[in-house]
Amino acid sequence: MEALINWLVTTFPPLSEGLARFIVYVLYSAVLAFVAPVIIVVGYTYMERKVLARIQDRIGPNRAGPLGLFQGLADAIKMLTKEDVTPVCADRVVFNLAPILATMAAILVFAVLPVAPGVIGADLQAGILYVVAVGALGEVAALMAGWSSRNKFALLGAFRAVAQLIAYEIPIVLAILVVVMAAGSMQMSVIVAAQDVPFGLVLPVAFLIFLVASIAEIGRSPFDLIEAESEIVAGFHTEYSGMKFAFFFIGEYMHLFASAGIATTLFLGGWRGPFAGPDSWFGVLLGFIYFVIKTTAVIWVMMWVRGTLFRIRIDHLLDFAWKFLVPLGLILVVTVAVALKLPVIGASSSRWVALLAANLAAALLMMLSVSVLARRSRSAALREVAGVE
Amino acid sequence: MTIEHAVQIFAFIILTLMTLGGGLAVVTSRNLFHAALFLVLSLAGAMGYYVLLDAGFLAIVQLLIYIGAISVLILFAIMLTRGLMMSGQVQRNEQWWIAALVVFLIFVVLVVTLWQTTWPIAEAEALRTPNVAIAQLGAALVGPYAIPFEVISLLLLVALVGAIVLAREEGNQPAQADAETGE
Amino acid sequence: MLSEFAFVGVLVIFATLLPVAGLAVAWLIRPKKPNPIKQSTYECGIEARGETWVQFRACYYIFALLFVVFDVEAAFLLPWAVAYQQLALYAVIEAIIFVAILAYALIYAWRKGALRWI
Repeated sequence: MEALINWLVTTFPPLSEGLARFIVYVLYSAVLAFVAPVIIVVGYTYMERKVLARIQDRIGPNRAGPLGLFQGLADAIKMLTKEDVTPVCADRVVFNLAPILATMAAILVFAVLPVAPGVIGADLQAGILYVVAVGALGEVAALMAGWSSRNKFALLGAFRAVAQLIAYEIPIVLAILVVVMAAGSMQMSVIVAAQDVPFGLVLPVAFLIFLVASIAEIGRSPFDLIEAESEIVAGFHTEYSGMKFAFFFIGEYMHLFASAGIATTLFLGGWRGPFAGPDSWFGVLLGFIYFVIKTTAVIWVMMWVRGTLFRIRIDHLLDFAWKFLVPLGLILVVTVAVALKLPVIGASSSRWVALLAANLAAALLMMLSVSVLARRSRSAALREVAGVE
Repeated sequence: MTIEHAVQIFAFIILTLMTLGGGLAVVTSRNLFHAALFLVLSLAGAMGYYVLLDAGFLAIVQLLIYIGAISVLILFAIMLTRGLMMSGQVQRNEQWWIAALVVFLIFVVLVVTLWQTTWPIAEAEALRTPNVAIAQLGAALVGPYAIPFEVISLLLLVALVGAIVLAREEGNQPAQADAETGE
Repeated sequence: MLSEFAFVGVLVIFATLLPVAGLAVAWLIRPKKPNPIKQSTYECGIEARGETWVQFRACYYIFALLFVVFDVEAAFLLPWAVAYQQLALYAVIEAIIFVAILAYALIYAWRKGALRWI
């Protein structure tokens, strides 16, 4: 950002620094708010349908254009021209505001994504916390949508959605805590710069927690109870049709890309790769390409999970969050904190080994306690069934 | 006046409208859900004030905790109220003029106190160095402020235990019925 | 730092413009044929009966409260994590005490059955 501003100031002398900064901000915001959603939604919905189709042993969209490539455009035209049926006793103002807030929350995350070396909208000091905080805005949007629809199912769906979203936000924050400990800062650019070894390799448990909790935060299968048709009609967006429903959909796919982008930045090294660096135009472009490739790989894994696993019931879903992921996250934070401060750690390479060992120790500890607790509850249940005192 | 100054003053005016207008709407709104949403608007205005004061971390913590957690808690409590859909009564009764007088007196006392205090101005340079402010906060939490740090966790524990005890007292009947049918 | 939040402010404005523009375009193009049956509340194909309310269950509130507790804990642990690399071992011990007390809060809620979604 700074490089671009400096280039503008030097090339066009009448521009002051403040005005150049304003122009760069407006251009980048326009790209993020108008160009990125279209490309991401059209591209990744097509990719999702093709990937799911191949997993399910069929071909996927192949009618709209060559190889079905215009399917996204066809869907967009369909959404634009559908009639918007608003329930007669719905609260109009809140009903219309909810999809706007949901989309806004999804787009705001992109402000801190380091998509290329030197290209980051706002390099906030508390960048990674900003991502979690903006996700919390989506919860308010869900409650607004569910309540203003005046529909029992929408209201119930909104409660379940918010219960799921808040349950999985804590494991995300705990995984982020571990990354912040390893990188020494919450700034996204500093986290990327600290990854000489990608954190996904030395913090595998944190990576897994973050990935699973992100899939649940977005509301995708296997955690899509809140919007699955056989469960609760369509959850909190039951009464929405046409473009308003489309904006919830757009918000979900933007959130998908943003979560995958954050996972890439935190655990896979962001834009880092051979020859990518902030010094030349070619390096910046290469960094952007690496970022997109890594993010697409993470999204592909999420789609793979969607096509493979079955849906999880609401009480199992909440149990998984509160009784497994949160204790695992807490144990992980404690083990990493202790491991990095042991007196034997000196050189930088032993830091990575210590982190990896701490992760594996936490995972081992968790599996041991889970097996002990499971055996105890299983024998208690068996005793009940067999009628033994 | 530079452009930066003008932008800051403009932002301050907008934020004041948001915060005060939102606060006014919370207490005068007839619909309880709308009141809760105006509270969210007011808290967002407070977040803007933190940004103007160069406290970026606090602004994001305000967004995360106040708007993300506490507003959700309040909205849950409100949405589970029966009869919410009907527009409620006006939030006033006959003694409103006494309340207005008392509030005005408190306002005068607060303004006089704030006006006459000399506020220490922090050195802003330390705040602008990347990560120094947050790292200093973290070091302070385990250094001079270690006891409050631990007391906070105790406070949170007590709050949670209290809420669970209260909830169990009301939900005692179903639990007993389950116990009887289960045996 | 202020200029970075200025970018967030600009993005908020643009991020609100996108849905508004999209909805405006849709409002221009789409058909408008309201009738009372279409506009009634959806209740699985039958007529809607009764008020719209949901039975109060304490479990909703307890989950939200548990979330507040852990959110505040995270907000306090994050500055500690940023300063972590410059701190000594006693700072780790203090943080472990903090985490342990809140882990006990979770275990208490678990044992008292407050985490059941029934």
